[in-house]
Amino acid sequence: MKSFIEYIVSIFKGLWTLLTGMKVTAKYFFTPWKHLTHQYPENRDTLVMFERFRGEVIMPHSEKNEHLCTGCGICEINCPNGSIEIISKSILTPEGKKKRIIDQHIYHLGMCTFCNLCVKACPTGAIVMGQKFEHAVWDRAKLTKVLNQPGSVIAAGVKE
Amino acid sequence: MAFNIYDFTTLTHNIHVGLAESFSPFVATTIEWVIVGVVYLLFIAVFGLFLVYAERKVCAAFQQRLGPMRVGPWGLLQTIADFIKLLMKELIMPRKADYFLYNLAPYLVIIASFLAISVLPFAPGLQSMDFDIGVFYLTAVSSVGVIGILLAGWSSNNKYSLIGAMRSGAQILSYELSVSLSLMTMVVFAGTMQFSAIVEGQRDAWFIFSGHVPAIIAFVVFLVAGTAETNRGPFDLAEAESELVAGFHTEYSGIKFAMFFLAEYINLFIISAVAATVFLGGWMPLHFGNLESFNHVMDFIPPFIWFFGKVLFVIFIIMWFKWTFPRLRVDQILTLEWKYLLPINLVNILLMALVVLTKFHF
Repeated sequence: MKSFIEYIVSIFKGLWTLLTGMKVTAKYFFTPWKHLTHQYPENRDTLVMFERFRGEVIMPHSEKNEHLCTGCGICEINCPNGSIEIISKSILTPEGKKKRIIDQHIYHLGMCTFCNLCVKACPTGAIVMGQKFEHAVWDRAKLTKVLNQPGSVIAAGVKE
Repeated sequence: MAFNIYDFTTLTHNIHVGLAESFSPFVATTIEWVIVGVVYLLFIAVFGLFLVYAERKVCAAFQQRLGPMRVGPWGLLQTIADFIKLLMKELIMPRKADYFLYNLAPYLVIIASFLAISVLPFAPGLQSMDFDIGVFYLTAVSSVGVIGILLAGWSSNNKYSLIGAMRSGAQILSYELSVSLSLMTMVVFAGTMQFSAIVEGQRDAWFIFSGHVPAIIAFVVFLVAGTAETNRGPFDLAEAESELVAGFHTEYSGIKFAMFFLAEYINLFIISAVAATVFLGGWMPLHFGNLESFNHVMDFIPPFIWFFGKVLFVIFIIMWFKWTFPRLRVDQILTLEWKYLLPINLVNILLMALVVLTKFHF
């Protein structure tokens, strides 16, 4: 008798779980405005990528053409594919001290897997992940980028 | 020629009289056969294409996607493009396959669908065969398709095809019981096996309302078993993509594959049409006992719209099943049938017999 009751109960439990699943999909079906697919080339002007999207590595510059990069080379060491090359140079500070600063932060987009390790490792937060994703070019050489803008200097007060 | 969208009896009668006047009876009958055949072919082709499109759109909506959007407005021409592509594909035949059976199998499958569709009443007068044992005939011919599936699996000379076909055979044979028994429940209630009479019996109230509890149980059981009979998800382990490539039609390409594909969707239509006819009143409009004006308004909607509306509703429910539930294992499928659906069905028939005997229905 006990097993018979269990059998009956299992039928209704099973039905209930099936209905629960159907409720979830019904909610998806009847709220078409919440659908996730974008009509990509058509909505290009209004398309906003989500915040965590990793499109490319960029180095933000302030209006005074200042960046935060000290040229320490930690990002270069951390990159698993060798897509970052740091070329530094020595300058004389006004106090007459020798100082190594960044000359060219070279970024090979074609080799990058967007793993985010360089951004995590950067001690000053000089590089971040950008939102741009249309990277197709006709010439492979265009995939090698220099991240620091010409004539840019390191912002004052960045700890080395 | 009088044309009435509420009753096609006069139209078909006029065509018959017109043909019989100008031809000998033999030629007239042959022409009628050809007309009926061509109409069914056209209907199957067009409705099959529409169902493939609907399936892709419904599936997409259940998964928060958009589905086909590029070919034509809202992707409406997508399935036509797919079909043209299928027609242009090469017909590949595996070496050492059984030539005769391999080529015969797709036709057997589609012929079974053709035979089954012929007894369905689309609207008053739009029914090519009206047997007095219509329900029995339908359950008989709809299971002929499994022979085609078994032949396809056997003759392809491919282990995946064979396993898929055997699974499909076991599944269809088991679930045929539940389909037949749940239809039998409604036959007990209706008192007839003739489809036109079953529809006529629902003039005052659809069987799912007038038969109350046992009819609703039979409807649910029929939906589950019917989904399994058409080899659709969650019971689609005959063509389980992850383990069997594509099941029994792995080796088929081009138009022969299109036959299997079309037969699958036509079977979906047949199961839904039977559910709509036996439980939801077929082409009969929605009537409530004594609401005269409401019944009158409902009568204005043409019967074939009622029929297709109900069929599309049932098809939507079956698609809902497919895109919600995960696929069952073989043992789970057989457990569901033999330990759950069959006992429920047998008890349900008893219940229905009691309801009919005690006249405890509306």
